[in-house]
Amino acid sequence: MTFDYKPVQRDLAEAGYIADDGLAMALCLTIGLRRPLLLEGEAGVGKTDVAKALAAALKTRLIRLQCYEGLDANATIYEWNYQRQLLAIRAHERDAMPSDAIERHIFSEDYLLRRPLLEAISQPQSPVLLIDEIDRADEEFEAYLLEILSDFQITIPELGTIAARSIPHVILTSNGTRTLSDALRRRCLYSYVDFPDETKELAILHARLPDIDRRLARQIVRFVQMLRREELEKKPGIAETLDWASALIGLDVRSIHGDSAAAAIQASLICLLKTEADLKSMPREVTARLIGKVA
Amino acid sequence: MPSGAASRMTGFMAHLRHNGFAVGPGETELVLSALAANEFDVSAARLGLKTMLSGDRLQWSRFDELFDAYWFKRGLRLAERAPAKDSFRSHRPRPELWDKVLPPEEGSAYSNRIERGPGEAEEPDETSGSGRLIASTQDALMRTDLRTLVSPGDVAEAERIAERLARAIRYRLSRRRIPTCRGDTIDLRRTIRHNLSRGGEPIELRRKHRPERPVRLVVLLDVSGSMKVYNRYFLSFVRGLIGKWLQADAFLFHTRLVRITDVLRERDARRVMGRLSLMSEGFGGGTRIAASLKHFNDRYAKEALNSRSVVIVMSDGYDTDPTEALTLELKRLKGRARRLVWLNPLLGWKDYTPVARAMAAALDYIDYFATAHSLASLAALEDEFVRL
Repeated sequence: MTFDYKPVQRDLAEAGYIADDGLAMALCLTIGLRRPLLLEGEAGVGKTDVAKALAAALKTRLIRLQCYEGLDANATIYEWNYQRQLLAIRAHERDAMPSDAIERHIFSEDYLLRRPLLEAISQPQSPVLLIDEIDRADEEFEAYLLEILSDFQITIPELGTIAARSIPHVILTSNGTRTLSDALRRRCLYSYVDFPDETKELAILHARLPDIDRRLARQIVRFVQMLRREELEKKPGIAETLDWASALIGLDVRSIHGDSAAAAIQASLICLLKTEADLKSMPREVTARLIGKVA
Repeated sequence: MPSGAASRMTGFMAHLRHNGFAVGPGETELVLSALAANEFDVSAARLGLKTMLSGDRLQWSRFDELFDAYWFKRGLRLAERAPAKDSFRSHRPRPELWDKVLPPEEGSAYSNRIERGPGEAEEPDETSGSGRLIASTQDALMRTDLRTLVSPGDVAEAERIAERLARAIRYRLSRRRIPTCRGDTIDLRRTIRHNLSRGGEPIELRRKHRPERPVRLVVLLDVSGSMKVYNRYFLSFVRGLIGKWLQADAFLFHTRLVRITDVLRERDARRVMGRLSLMSEGFGGGTRIAASLKHFNDRYAKEALNSRSVVIVMSDGYDTDPTEALTLELKRLKGRARRLVWLNPLLGWKDYTPVARAMAAALDYIDYFATAHSLASLAALEDEFVRL
């Protein structure tokens, strides 16, 4: 285990993800301590992408579990493939196979549908397990998850206990739509991912859109940074910045200054502002004022 | 690691615990073993500890300050802004607090404040205070009102009523079905699975039903001057509503908004009141409903509300903010919550109509508007709440 997070940061950068010191340290500790990492932050600051980048950096698989309300064990751990089992029974009826042999056969691993959690612990090499938006799942599921995250083994009545072949690197993300239990918080390392500062956002923009003109990139980042300081219902995240940058490139905008660009910019604001009220609060004049402030 | 460093680290953990971090021996061990295995500099250690020890956003943002305060003695030990669990012990010699106090000016925390009667509660900033005048002049007419019935029994009754109400709305049917023994529809998937041993003939049926899912309750209580006389009942009412129910949140507001959920869950009623009086600087001052709602919408709404939330606002609607602001915030609030209930103690008054501009504007967004001026009227809410 080590506190030296620079290599992790470098590996992530090679995978196209710019992580600040706090996040790099968190990932470094997650790998070192084998503890799950809980990431919180506004939507669109790149919480999910961390997991993808980490998987790429570690050259391992990414297994993703998207949480939603009502998520249960069947959808997350395993399920028997009933239809196939049924067909198998019918098929074997004719060749007079003894019934216990049939039973052994249909409750073998061939008929097991592996869901993400089981999949994650049965990999030969530690995968990255991304449990996305854990706050959307019910509290019961959260409690269940805690058990799996501490033991890393799963019991299937028909097959027995399956112990982990490798301990996955677990990353949980939360948008804060529900308060998570203290038990889960204590089990995890914690990191809060904030909106990036200007330098970091510029670096991300260049990493993702290598062809972008340097001057335009700087203008875009300044504009978005200022936009985040406005009174908005939903502040634009990094994903929105990237969308907007691609949109501007697509619309052949070379600079956000000047009258020729104004119409294109106003029209493409839909990439950044995602609610009606926010769009209304940014009429042409306000946009022009913000653009005026961008050097 | 030398033992001196270990004991310093233990001290640091105590320091964090004192500031509301949930860290125990397990964390200490983790941290010590991590530090022992490492060459590190201060900033890396700070980041590492921050990741290992903080549990939520608030702790994350306070960590650096606490770290510096402990290790570098930057004189911030008094940075205990979140009231630590035992921080109000000094106010304990107020045994009658719960029974007699509230309006809380009598409490020692308020001994330096000038006590005002309800009639002279006007503050210079009350520009739209037409309503406040009504509240003061009608004082004499309101003898049967909640505020005059001051007995511990009534307070306890208010809490009981609130608990009944909370029970009435706790569960709501979900749309997604889960398996049960006696459900209303057949669960085809499980039926097939269960009857595999019979060659797939569906002999025994499995069923599923729509489960009840908990409703989230959010209470916003106005504790401004115009509501002061009701505060004691309403606070115990709110305590009853959310006290035993985990999916509930309570806030009180006057010119600012304060979250009081954790305080209300304290078991000792007297300590609850002690902490509340500490938290609510400005108790009995003006009201800024719109600003408080805005604070709620910006900071807490995402976490506290979902599509099964019932928001209960308890206020008389006398607001010093512009009406448009209130309308806007109520619209945002309504967008997130399922039901919005407004309990207004003035509604029980003879000939009251919601003329306060704020109240009139708010009516458009309210699902249920009711009175809350007496225990009977609170009790009568139960039937309505069942229907919500």
